[in-house]
Amino acid sequence: MGEVIVITSGKGGVGKTTTTANLGTGFALMGKKVVLIDADIGLRNLDVVMGLENRIVYDLVDVTEGNCRLKQALIRDKRYETLYLLPAAQTRDKNAVSPDQMQKLCKDLAQDFDYVLIDCPAGIEQGFKNAIAGADRAVIVTTPEVSAVRDADRIIGLLEAEGKSNPKLIVNRIRPHMVKKGDMMDIDDIIEILAVDLLGIIPEDEYIVISTNRGEPAVVNPASAASTAYKNIVRRMMGENVPLMSMEAESGFFGRLKKIFGFKEG
Amino acid sequence: MFDLLQKLFGRETSKSKDIAKERLRLVLVHDRVNVSPQFMEVLKEDMIKAISNYMEINEKDMEVTLTQTNTSQVALVANIPVNRMKRGALPAE
Ligand SMILES: Nc1ncnc2c1ncn2[C@@H]1O[C@H](COP(=O)(O)OP(=O)(O)OP(=O)(O)O)[C@@H](O)[C@H]1O
Ligand SMILES: [Mg+2]
Repeated sequence: MGEVIVITSGKGGVGKTTTTANLGTGFALMGKKVVLIDADIGLRNLDVVMGLENRIVYDLVDVTEGNCRLKQALIRDKRYETLYLLPAAQTRDKNAVSPDQMQKLCKDLAQDFDYVLIDCPAGIEQGFKNAIAGADRAVIVTTPEVSAVRDADRIIGLLEAEGKSNPKLIVNRIRPHMVKKGDMMDIDDIIEILAVDLLGIIPEDEYIVISTNRGEPAVVNPASAASTAYKNIVRRMMGENVPLMSMEAESGFFGRLKKIFGFKEG
Repeated sequence: MFDLLQKLFGRETSKSKDIAKERLRLVLVHDRVNVSPQFMEVLKEDMIKAISNYMEINEKDMEVTLTQTNTSQVALVANIPVNRMKRGALPAE
């Protein structure tokens, strides 16, 4: 039985899709069998970030409505044999799927894959409820901004109410020089306020834009600063105790926070 | 006055991250209360339980709210009419 993990945030545009694509590719790099579900029905994006937009025949709604078998809708990645995508429907809306259907779908996929990653839509409505329904755990993505952290707090509360406690946090788009100047909230601040475990930090990285243009997740490019960060997160999610990378440590984020939490604990 | 002195002596009082953190802290106090409508009710019941050991209060007119003070702190403000004190209510040490 594999693990089903939802990548969520509350606020839009903070990096859920980018994170899902890179962590998924990262798992594949480690030889794991992984499937990415784009749960953002009506606003399909993950296919483009993965560079698989031309290969879509069936989508998630086709599966739940029985227009095709689950296996037929899975698209294999161009480079990695153990990496698959289940694309969202583009011409339907969030109500085309129910939480029960998502639960069943996730269960089925967890039979065959080590990891099932779900790219959650922004917001707290039906799309969010569908995306979290089948998940064993949640990863919350935020950026170091008041509005994003506020929404993350709301999401943590909603996840708890659904019985999905102990989510792990990724802080995306950190700019070390701004943190140093005192013009960006640091990780200590955010962790203290949200009272959750930190899974990792992703720096602001121009290469993310370039790789999205190309349809090749940045994690595969060693020149990308974010690449190491994603790889470290993947290893933490696999239960390894990986210390913070120097970019993270150097920026003085960790006054108090001595220990980074592996994903398996707690 | 103190603020002015701090500014004069160039002590950095307003790094934008500190402002962000403070605003976030305040906004979350309110968000977290509002997320759960029962929160205030449960708190009120617990307060009544505790206070009733010492005095008889008018539960009907009791008011408990969160407000923001002018020093931008969040304060729990309770207005609890007392009907009468209980005799010998001090618990044994
Ligand atoms: N670490 C980063 N450095 C630079 N750019 C980034 C980083 N992370 C994300 N971005 C950019 O931010 C934008 C939004 O990212 P993304 O689409 O992953 O967010 P999202 O949370 O999935 O958005 P939505 O809520 O609309 O689904 C994209 O243009 C992406 O390239
Ligand atoms: Mg997205």
